Amino acid sequence: MSPILDISDLSVVYRTTGGDVRAVEKVNLTLSPGEVVGLCGESGSGKSTLAYGATRLLRPPALVTSGNVRYSGRRLTHGGHPVDLLAMSHRELHEMRWREVAIVFQSAMNALNPVLRVQDQLLDAVTAHLRLPRHEAREKAASLLDLVGISRNRLRSYPHELSGGMRQRVMIAMALAADPEVVIMDEPTTALDVVVQRDILAQIVELKERLDFAILFITHDLSLLLELADRIAVMYAGRLLETGTAHDIMREPAHPYTRGLLNSFPSLRGARRELAGIPGSPPDLRDPGPGCPFIPRCKHAIDACSDVDMSLAPWGAPVIGDPASVTHLTACPIVTPQVSQEGVLS
Amino acid sequence: MSEPIISGLPASSVQDGDGVAPAADSSAAPAVNADAEQVGEPAAVTSAAAHRGPLVMEADGLNKVFHLGRGASLQAVRNVSFGLYKGAVVALVGESGSGKSTAAKLLAGQERPTSGRILLDGKPIDVRTGRSFRRYKSQVQYVFQDPFSSLNPVHTVGYHLARPVKLHQPGVKHVNEAVTALLEQVRLTPAAQFEPKYPHELSGGQRQRVSFARALAAQPTVLLADEPVSMLDVSIRLEMLNLLDDLRTRLSLALLYITHDIASARYFADEVLVMYGGQIVERGPAEEVTQQPAHPYTQLLIASAPDPDNLGSTLKSGNVAVGTAGGVKAGNVGPAPVGCPFSSRCPLADDKCRRENPALQLLAPARAAACWRLDVAAPSLAGGAI
Repeated sequence: MSPILDISDLSVVYRTTGGDVRAVEKVNLTLSPGEVVGLCGESGSGKSTLAYGATRLLRPPALVTSGNVRYSGRRLTHGGHPVDLLAMSHRELHEMRWREVAIVFQSAMNALNPVLRVQDQLLDAVTAHLRLPRHEAREKAASLLDLVGISRNRLRSYPHELSGGMRQRVMIAMALAADPEVVIMDEPTTALDVVVQRDILAQIVELKERLDFAILFITHDLSLLLELADRIAVMYAGRLLETGTAHDIMREPAHPYTRGLLNSFPSLRGARRELAGIPGSPPDLRDPGPGCPFIPRCKHAIDACSDVDMSLAPWGAPVIGDPASVTHLTACPIVTPQVSQEGVLS
Repeated sequence: MSEPIISGLPASSVQDGDGVAPAADSSAAPAVNADAEQVGEPAAVTSAAAHRGPLVMEADGLNKVFHLGRGASLQAVRNVSFGLYKGAVVALVGESGSGKSTAAKLLAGQERPTSGRILLDGKPIDVRTGRSFRRYKSQVQYVFQDPFSSLNPVHTVGYHLARPVKLHQPGVKHVNEAVTALLEQVRLTPAAQFEPKYPHELSGGQRQRVSFARALAAQPTVLLADEPVSMLDVSIRLEMLNLLDDLRTRLSLALLYITHDIASARYFADEVLVMYGGQIVERGPAEEVTQQPAHPYTQLLIASAPDPDNLGSTLKSGNVAVGTAGGVKAGNVGPAPVGCPFSSRCPLADDKCRRENPALQLLAPARAAACWRLDVAAPSLAGGAI
């Protein structure tokens, strides 16, 4: 299936007096219709910047320096030609936002306006993007709450009267107001308890199946993505280090960083084992140094690592047939299946 | 998360279960959870942490009631008893609003218990005067959750550490050497490089190391760590837990580890206490509680934790039965006001659960759970009930 969102070669810098912070560097990522792609990385890895850069939501000093973002939703695409989000006029952007691509922002606790009732905030979203008459807009707002399982008598509540989980549901309802084809979710469950988190994730997936949208799910919690996502992209210091299906990432992680991440969260099941985490801290993005950004923390780094161009290449068995069908890609030049089987990298 | 139950909001809005809090206009709210007196003799549990070393600190029947104004009150901690042992880790696990941070604040002397006793080295604590409070503080130290706000942005790392050294170790002549030793203890080396730095120049993990060092500056015997790693990135967390583990072994600290992540509690705690609605609903050895949970709430908590091995999860596209998840669970409420606090969410709850709040019942010498339906919830364990 051809992707609905195709981010290619995207670079974003933050202009600062101390030099450019290269937050996103030549990233390629695709999202197919109905797919859940998980974008995983620690804070400062550029995962949010990537999503906001691709949807033109960044303001100076952030600057998109290269790349294009082709979107091929059913309503915007005339005659089968994808449109480039980065080349759109402001009017086209306004048309695109919410109706085509919607975002559930990080920390619903702060994303809702504390002095406006839930109803007014839902109405804002609905009237700005759907041009409905007033009474229909009201009905729409109420039906959005139905969608996420919140009783309609909550319309007149203020955000502080709702629990954290309910606020998050309101944010999700708002994003779905105009029936988008792509929903970007930026850490939608990070501040919530595990029990509530699971309820909300189950609801997100159920809504996705019912309303048929694709999700770009941004989080720092890889263990969550392994359960949730169809495909996972691992980001570090502005680069994608590895992409693959959840199965690829869990069973045959290629990049040493991914292996480190998998060795970072204690499990509730299986034997209790010593875990190492990843010593060290991420590099300064003002001066990332040549080659792979993970070199300073990598146990396996060799001289050649400083020369790699960090483009993603197929990993695993030699490609037979269509190269586009290969899902498991990594930027690490030194890992091969043979090496990892010999346990050199484990 | 800081505990919203002490934020002074009306009782109606502080329930943190993901659910329908009572309507906001019930201004004459009665005491929340106040009629839920426990029924039955509380079990005398042998702590699973006791084998590590002698008892250092003990919480005995702690209660804390917050008055919220307009006649409403909230019982944040109910009848909580446990011990902290030298060189052992006790984990306090629960969701936000379960009272785990309040319990720790009682131990830290930041809040006074409404009733109950706190014993340090067998003696009831006394924090009424400045001097006795300081003496207490030098033995019991607290590590906060958020290293971004718990360090003062206008002071250097050196200052943050020199102050408690001067305050709690007045005999020390060479403060700088003590500061260097502290930095080395938390592996911020070379120490000379970190001393002049300001918090904003440090990463989250480094800041939390400074918080650990600051707590250790008082040479405490008890360390209360309130979600010490939950604000940190996943790749850093493990290092921090391993550091904490190393410190408690080397310095023989009695460690209380507060967390909402029960998997990390399994990873390094000796005993796990699960809190819900202000009371301990289950306790026992970490491995047993996580592998064979007895209380329905513990079971829910463990079932909800992300499971990386579960690649065929019901959360995956295609594995979802459309129409099942949509809002079915949205009716969850916070702790029930009467009866067992979990009865409003518990699939096994019957009339007795909604009427009477069970005390902890002994399942094994080191295990106990507060549930009327243990015969159904954990048949294999309930058989051994004494």
